[in-house]
Amino acid sequence: MVPAKDIDAANLCVKMRDFAKRHGVPLYEGGWGGIEHALLPEEGLVAPGMFVVGADSHTCTYGAVGCFATGVGSTDFAAALALGELWFRVPGSMRLIFNGKMGDGLMGKDLILNAIGEIGVDGATYRALEFGGGAMGDVSMDGRLTICNMAIEAGAKNGIIAPDAKTVDYVRARSGRALGLYASDPDAQYVETVEIDVTGMEPQVALPHSPGNVKPVSEAAGAEVDQVVIGSCTNGRMEDMRIAARILKGRSVRTGLRCIIIPATQGIYLQALGEGLIETFVKAKAVVSTPTCGPCLGMHMGVLGEGEVALSTTNRNFIGRMGHRSSKVYLASPATAAATAVEGRVADPRRYL
Amino acid sequence: MVIVYKVGDNVDTDLIVPARYLNTIDPAELGRHCFEDLDPEFAKSRRGEGLIVVAGRNFGCGSSREHAPISLKAAGVRCVIAKSFARIFFRNAVNIGLPVMECEGAAEAAESGDEVQFDLFSGTITNAKRGERYSAKPLPKSMQEIYSSGGLMNYVKRRLAQRS
Repeated sequence: MVPAKDIDAANLCVKMRDFAKRHGVPLYEGGWGGIEHALLPEEGLVAPGMFVVGADSHTCTYGAVGCFATGVGSTDFAAALALGELWFRVPGSMRLIFNGKMGDGLMGKDLILNAIGEIGVDGATYRALEFGGGAMGDVSMDGRLTICNMAIEAGAKNGIIAPDAKTVDYVRARSGRALGLYASDPDAQYVETVEIDVTGMEPQVALPHSPGNVKPVSEAAGAEVDQVVIGSCTNGRMEDMRIAARILKGRSVRTGLRCIIIPATQGIYLQALGEGLIETFVKAKAVVSTPTCGPCLGMHMGVLGEGEVALSTTNRNFIGRMGHRSSKVYLASPATAAATAVEGRVADPRRYL
Repeated sequence: MVIVYKVGDNVDTDLIVPARYLNTIDPAELGRHCFEDLDPEFAKSRRGEGLIVVAGRNFGCGSSREHAPISLKAAGVRCVIAKSFARIFFRNAVNIGLPVMECEGAAEAAESGDEVQFDLFSGTITNAKRGERYSAKPLPKSMQEIYSSGGLMNYVKRRLAQRS
């Protein structure tokens, strides 16, 4: 929402700024910050063992660094600020185990989409959703953040991955906080355990209008697309920028298609500049924007018109989510998104990697 | 007595109030856009009539926007009965004082146009047209207290006053 897209939004931003000033709260606005769920882990503001509430449903992202993190509404959030406490019911735990070996072009996004397709959009309602299994060791921190980010899309109260050496390295590089490294007991009781084999898994695509309407890319391939979005709290991190650039390098976005690429924070933007990725994007005729949630929720910077179709690396494809109620959104990984931008229709990224 | 307006499973908060209206926090304005992408006529034709929304599973999934229950309340919806609720929507509804009741039986049986009576604290739901009575999942005491205070804001103010 910053910089503001219209007068009403600008007025809300003024209120926010006044509040921050009055209470001496640091404000990560515009050029100072980025999308919350990419920024907080990047800045080392969330660390293993913390209990985090945020006034956004994708607060569950921080489970990737070993936090118990859950979304609440704005009044709940204000109550937490005022009282320093909030009520919670202890959730039952559900375990999602990814076995096997990650193939080329497969990303954290494919794993979580496959899992939501498997258990359904209310498959983990009110549960603590714990991700594990041998394949998780192969998933990067950026990929783990993507996985936990979408725990809410299965209705979970939080998503969490037990911290390992990768987690500790990631957090240590960003934060001096004491680390509370917890893992579930070997004899822990789970309400439900679901095992998924990732060996040979195709990239996954969620078809309109539900994140649970998931198919392998071969079954979605060919659908025509007007717009591709690469970004958001789900997939606007370095790994996402890099794979998109790898596919777009020396190629061009299909004529007539808009490809909007949004680094999730100023830090990612800068790093992408340094690595020459932004140049690759611009040369490929992609639109590069300052960090914003913009198009994900149909707010600005890529709102869909009547009947338009997008493929996006964001997290929701509900009716009207990205614009007009007759528009459609496919959800996929940044690799699939970049391949789709090149071909103008939903495409398998593996032939470009 | 309130009239039933029935919706299906997985009605998300974008359908309850689209994000394009999140640039305002004015309840009346949010009420004018309630269910706009689900049923464009909803807010226009039924506003203020005292409806009860009856839903399937996972009502209010998606975004944590508190605008969603605020929009329903401002549109004149008296209560939402669902087979199940998404977690954050449920909390938000309690916090802003929109009655929500989880009741599989009542949600399954009711159809649009039915006349229904409900009592939030006892959990009783009566469908006059079908001549049936149901018991909703009981509300924990902590939530009853928030409702009785007129929402979380008042509840917190009271708690803060007690501390000082």
